[in-house]
Amino acid sequence: MTADRLAARFATCKEAGRAALVTFVTAGDPTVAATPAILDALVAGGADIIELGMPFTDPMADGPAIELANLRSLGSGTKTRDIFHLATTFRARHPHTPLVLMGYANPMLVRGSEWFAGQCRQAGVDGVICVDVPPEEDAEIGPALRAAGIHLIRLATPTTDAARLPAVLDGASGFLYHVAVAGITGKQQAAQAAVEQAVARLKAATDLPIAVGFGVRSAEQAAAIGRVADGVVVGSAIVDIIGSHGDAAAPFVQEFVASLRGALNANSPHYRETTA
Amino acid sequence: MTIKNSLRSQPDASGHFGSFGGRYVAETLMPLILELEKVYKAARQDPEFDAEFTQLLRTYVGRPNPLYYAQRLTEALRAGAPEGPNGQKKGAKIYLKREELNHTGAHKINNCIGQALLARRMGKKKVIAETGAGQHGVATATVAALFGMECKIFMGAKDVERQKPNVFRMKLLGAEVVPVVSGSQTLKDAMNDALRHWVSNVHDTFYIIGTAAGPHPYPELVRDFQSIIGREAREQILEIEGRLPDMLIAPVGGGSNAIGLFHPFLDDAEVKMIGVEAAGEGLQGKHAASLAGGASGILHGNRTYLLQDEDGQITEAHSISAGLDYPGIGPEHSWLHEIGRVEYMPITDDEALASFQKLAALEGIIPALESAHAIASAEKVAPTMDADQIIVVNLSGRGDKDIFTVADALGVEM
Ligand SMILES: Cc1ncc(COP(=O)(O)O)c(C=O)c1O
Repeated sequence: MTADRLAARFATCKEAGRAALVTFVTAGDPTVAATPAILDALVAGGADIIELGMPFTDPMADGPAIELANLRSLGSGTKTRDIFHLATTFRARHPHTPLVLMGYANPMLVRGSEWFAGQCRQAGVDGVICVDVPPEEDAEIGPALRAAGIHLIRLATPTTDAARLPAVLDGASGFLYHVAVAGITGKQQAAQAAVEQAVARLKAATDLPIAVGFGVRSAEQAAAIGRVADGVVVGSAIVDIIGSHGDAAAPFVQEFVASLRGALNANSPHYRETTA
Repeated sequence: MTIKNSLRSQPDASGHFGSFGGRYVAETLMPLILELEKVYKAARQDPEFDAEFTQLLRTYVGRPNPLYYAQRLTEALRAGAPEGPNGQKKGAKIYLKREELNHTGAHKINNCIGQALLARRMGKKKVIAETGAGQHGVATATVAALFGMECKIFMGAKDVERQKPNVFRMKLLGAEVVPVVSGSQTLKDAMNDALRHWVSNVHDTFYIIGTAAGPHPYPELVRDFQSIIGREAREQILEIEGRLPDMLIAPVGGGSNAIGLFHPFLDDAEVKMIGVEAAGEGLQGKHAASLAGGASGILHGNRTYLLQDEDGQITEAHSISAGLDYPGIGPEHSWLHEIGRVEYMPITDDEALASFQKLAALEGIIPALESAHAIASAEKVAPTMDADQIIVVNLSGRGDKDIFTVADALGVEM
């Protein structure tokens, strides 16, 4: 790969002595027209990596907040081609910010994995998280993404035991997403001690950066997790803001993201008031 | 024993039936379904497991249930049939496999007993299930009571409304019924919420999936538990007629009663099979016929035929029968469809309603609306077959639960 934006961003953050801030929103929530301003607000607020959710009618791994975001997006008519258009224009405005598509297998694979990987490549997408394709079904999506130079980001969960972890890591790239709670998005909050234990266990098994998500809602929590992980993922809390403010959400999103970033900056030994 | 080239040796080691099936679940669930697979393999080798399963089917469910010759239905269809080359009226002999006589009134209980035994082996004290018509919910609540397990049933809010008697039954049996308000508020959404609950409670909860779908090993184990239907039918028809039937017909929601009837006959090339899909308002309108009107995709843990749009968004299914109102189908049926071993026939709401009444009037049996779809299919094919041919129809459930829906459809005030 010529320019690995994900690796570059994790390296920059490491140098700065802080965790990367990974933020999630659903593409087309509340509308396709409102999404670019929201994505720009994430970047302006200090997000390092953008996870762009591909809406699905049946988001089985998501709690009410993101489920509603999926339905708002589809309800306003979001199509797959709109999502790739959003990605393409994002890439033009933000040449260095890594962009990861996150979603479910059926919308990704309905036209075949090669088509999907090709679209990702053309749009400047850096990585893909496919919630319902475990390593056992890697053939569905993994080979096409790898051939196109797109990272397949795998999930490790509290139920991924030592025996299973090598299978998860085999073929994983970009970063490893640690799902902090056995559950759906936006629900319970993980105990800090459990997160620390899990991150230590994962770090012993891989050199990939470890990002921790699911249930991270506040700047305090982000800061606590940021002290041990390479990245902190915040989704439902941002999606809730979009749910309340709709088309006018961008400034509120930016303010909240800035508070998360400020908390991560404060962890840095050479803390300074800058944005990347 | 696995015979070479047998159609009965699927799925492969990774849970695939041809290109269908598999394990498409969130990582959190993977270790659990791998564990379930291990436990199921061990149980299958354990004569004690089989002995307990068989004993409960006999003494609690009431098996074997009869294979009944529906003479008046057969004769009524012959009356309208053309003459064959021998001058004799056409019209195959119709037998009904009486699953509706099982405890709780449908085939669903066979599978629930099997899965509850597995749950107990895995040390799980809580069970959950999704339900459409409420039959699987009632069956799950029943076995939960029998095994002393805590039980939660996820049911689409729309189905809670149209299947009130079953909702009350589940509550009587001690289950908590959780109305699901997301999406189309029917079976698929109930399954989404059951999966969401499961993923958050994997440590102590067993998910009793109600049909031959979901991630491997569910399609396989549900089929195996339901295959008692086909094994009994096979033995019974050999005893009554001294030969195998020419045709098997069963309704297909997710496909558990159908695969249960079909599977023991799959290697008997002379036995033809029809799976009946719900065509709702007709294939041009709203329907639930995923094979006739869908395409291969991934939902609820398996690759299979789904009703979906060009972007892979799942489209809403419709059937008058809540138990068939699902935009997918079990993966083994997708495979049997693709290799052409089973024919799948769409039957509309109106055709099913007519057959519902016809069976009641002619045979004194009120079928479930799901089963009425199979009767309607038999009404179409029996007159095209010779009088010495034999059809076995799976009467998968009884229609008590449907009387409100049917009265409503017929414009009758109760
Ligand atoms: C009586 C009856 N028949 C058939 C079905 C369809 O399910 P399956 O295709 O799994 O047999 C149901 C589902 O609720 C049912 O209640």
